[in-house]
Amino acid sequence: MNDEGSPYRANQAPEAHSSLLEMRGISKSFPGVKALDQVSLNVRRGSVHALMGENGAGKSTLMKCLFGIYHPDGGEIVLDGKPITLRDTRQALDHGIAMIHQELHPIPHRSVMENIWLGRYPVRNFGLVKIIDRKKMLRDTQALFADLRIDLDPEAWVFDLSVSKIQSMEIAKAVSYRSKVIIMDEPTSSLTGREVEHLFGIIRKLRTEGVAIIYISHKMEEILAIADDVTIMRDGKLVGTYPAAELTTGLIINRMVGRDLTSRFPVKANVPGETVLRVEGLTSSEHMSFSDVSFELRKGEILGIGGLVGAKRSELVESLFGLRGIKTGRIWIRGKQIAISNPIEAKKARLALLTEDRRGTGIFPALSVFDNTLIANLGHYLRGLVFLDRARGVADVKRNIEMLRVKTPSQHTFIENLSGGNQQKVIVARWLLTDPDILILDEPTRGIDVGAKFEIYAIIADLAKRGKSIIMISSEMPELLGMSDRILVMCEGRMTGIVDAKEATQERIMTLATQFKLQAQAQAQ
Amino acid sequence: MTKLTTARMKELASKHAIVLVLAGLVLFTGLFESSFFSTDNLGNILRISSIRIIIALGVGGVLITRGTDLSAGHTAGLCACIAASLMQRADYATKMFPHLPYLPVVVAIAAALAVGLLVGLFNGLVVAFLRVPPFITTLGTMVIVMGVAGLYVDRPPQGAIPIGGLRDDFTSLGTGSWGPFPTVIVIAAMMIFLYWLMLNWMRLGKNTYAIGGNPEAAKVSGVNVSWNLVIVYMLGGVSYAVAGVLLAARSGGATNNYGNMYELDAIAAAVIGGVSTAGGIGTVSGMLTGVLIFQVMDNGLSSLGVSPYWQLIAKGIIIISAVAIDIRKYNSRK
Repeated sequence: MNDEGSPYRANQAPEAHSSLLEMRGISKSFPGVKALDQVSLNVRRGSVHALMGENGAGKSTLMKCLFGIYHPDGGEIVLDGKPITLRDTRQALDHGIAMIHQELHPIPHRSVMENIWLGRYPVRNFGLVKIIDRKKMLRDTQALFADLRIDLDPEAWVFDLSVSKIQSMEIAKAVSYRSKVIIMDEPTSSLTGREVEHLFGIIRKLRTEGVAIIYISHKMEEILAIADDVTIMRDGKLVGTYPAAELTTGLIINRMVGRDLTSRFPVKANVPGETVLRVEGLTSSEHMSFSDVSFELRKGEILGIGGLVGAKRSELVESLFGLRGIKTGRIWIRGKQIAISNPIEAKKARLALLTEDRRGTGIFPALSVFDNTLIANLGHYLRGLVFLDRARGVADVKRNIEMLRVKTPSQHTFIENLSGGNQQKVIVARWLLTDPDILILDEPTRGIDVGAKFEIYAIIADLAKRGKSIIMISSEMPELLGMSDRILVMCEGRMTGIVDAKEATQERIMTLATQFKLQAQAQAQ
Repeated sequence: MTKLTTARMKELASKHAIVLVLAGLVLFTGLFESSFFSTDNLGNILRISSIRIIIALGVGGVLITRGTDLSAGHTAGLCACIAASLMQRADYATKMFPHLPYLPVVVAIAAALAVGLLVGLFNGLVVAFLRVPPFITTLGTMVIVMGVAGLYVDRPPQGAIPIGGLRDDFTSLGTGSWGPFPTVIVIAAMMIFLYWLMLNWMRLGKNTYAIGGNPEAAKVSGVNVSWNLVIVYMLGGVSYAVAGVLLAARSGGATNNYGNMYELDAIAAAVIGGVSTAGGIGTVSGMLTGVLIFQVMDNGLSSLGVSPYWQLIAKGIIIISAVAIDIRKYNSRK
């Protein structure tokens, strides 16, 4: 082949359906986790290749290896029959691999074309001086948009564009690198039905030109509509690659979850009592967030919330806690209707929230275990009007860290010197000191090693037994089934069902988490 | 007693590096300039440091919240003018308010503190509720305060007049002694103690560290972030007012230029003393050490006959190096 380096190589009538990209035996470990274990992926030229799996199955990690963000510990990447190594994203782009991330990060106060050609503006040389050639940039952008049938003004400000327009821009940008492989991570997560159709039009056009699209999505209908091949991953391992035509939603779900509940969970002895929290028709004030969520929570009950990334579960609990706005809907706590507009009021209503992002919104890294434990409850440690009763604080912190078995040299150790699991226990201790009735735990075991997980489960089970009501968001199926009394499942901001954990199966929850349409039909019958 | 192993000594050294630097500086200067250790000279260093530490405490508190306060110096200057204008001798020729009756010293102090409090309140409200970045907020406030101070002392057609002829009962705040201790040092010690109490033993202090350390987590924990910020800025304003009163009392007068650039010295001293500009970290003892280091340096280098211009260059280099080291310390813990 003599067209090496030719910019439009991928467009020049390629041999149909030959292998374009091969990832062979890719492994990647992070401290304490094997994120990818000997995963292989074979992408054909001019195909749409869906990559599927539960949250944490390793899809994103694999794609980050392909895009040069992570460096695999083992395995090789072969593009066009030649092994390549990718040290950074720049190299990936040079090899013709582009990625459109789920969260788009354009430069808002610049024009569309400046965003597209960022870092490689066309220039004209005037001796030593280089001047940006705006005319050429405009022409190139117009040609690019015409080719992709994107209706967008190259000189519009990105600031003014809708998400779907920005996405079109990002796709054009990816194509402008003369990419052979374009990775799209959840590209439809913030698009409406018509916008999805437009996206599919662009994808089909790219496919006919020989570009391979790797398409990450949780949405079954989309996958079955657009994909040629489907690769399914589970727990960092490859399950298999199948022609999309041979798959059904049921088969995909089965292969995505297909594992037994091998994790151990503590014996639960909680007995749910009267209703303490009732939520009716709760709708977020934010755009494209959750809507019309209703449920009840009983005393001493563990209510799991399941769903995939983008189901807006965190948004729901953060709204309950007053961190986000609510447009409509009512909340009753202990039979009294209540409005909570900030965490201070939530605390007064005896709610507690353990957030999903421990580093971002949980711990105070520069403070000690002592300070981290007391911070939500300092008002109770005042002696007189202003001074803190340190001795009482020390005693209470000591009692709680012993009860929760926090492993720390002393309570004056900086919290950031503890392991993730112990940090999590400190935050649990922080909230227990406020004596809450309702504890909301958002992914309580995320990033925690297996041993510590069990301890957290034991703590949760014990709290429920002592009459605390628990809401637990979890993306881990076994955890949801093993810990919850009932499981509320959400899909794309909508509640798709509440199931009794005893009768639930992984397949049933995955079905609810992926297709609210099915649920609507089932209820109608 | 704990055995002093090498590792432990290393740990202690890195923990108290800044104190060691101060000790080294003192010894070094003392070796080359024998008069350094005279009671007069040491007393002088402490007296000058007194006013600076009071401003540094105010600024330091704000720095811990991830903020900054550029209005500190000029607020001190405005408060100095206000206190001084109320404390001029009846027989002084160019009295600002010729018909002003005899006022107790307390009134002048109260007026100055009230003005400082208001400036701080303004800063706090703008930062906490309008969400204007602290750097910009206090830059604006600084310029406004400069204008207000100018208007206050401006007497057209003569223009701005220096305020002189202050009463002895007022100036004794700056020059007198309580028992064996100079009054300024006693007042500075009181302010140091109050800030220490606030930061270590009060809810306000704990919340201040929490807000600076992780504002999002503080909000989730139900800390009243906005009002805590307002109070910290107000305390800052009060500190600058105290410093302003002492400035006027010590020099026996005031002009609208008083306090110029003091905020930069305060920020530099706090940062040298280990207050993190990224917020959430800082101690009163660190701020005190930072102030003393600059003062000993000033004093030592001057008595060694080093040009004041070289002194400025040295100071600048030290500020940048200290933060460069501080940032590395922080990164290594990540």
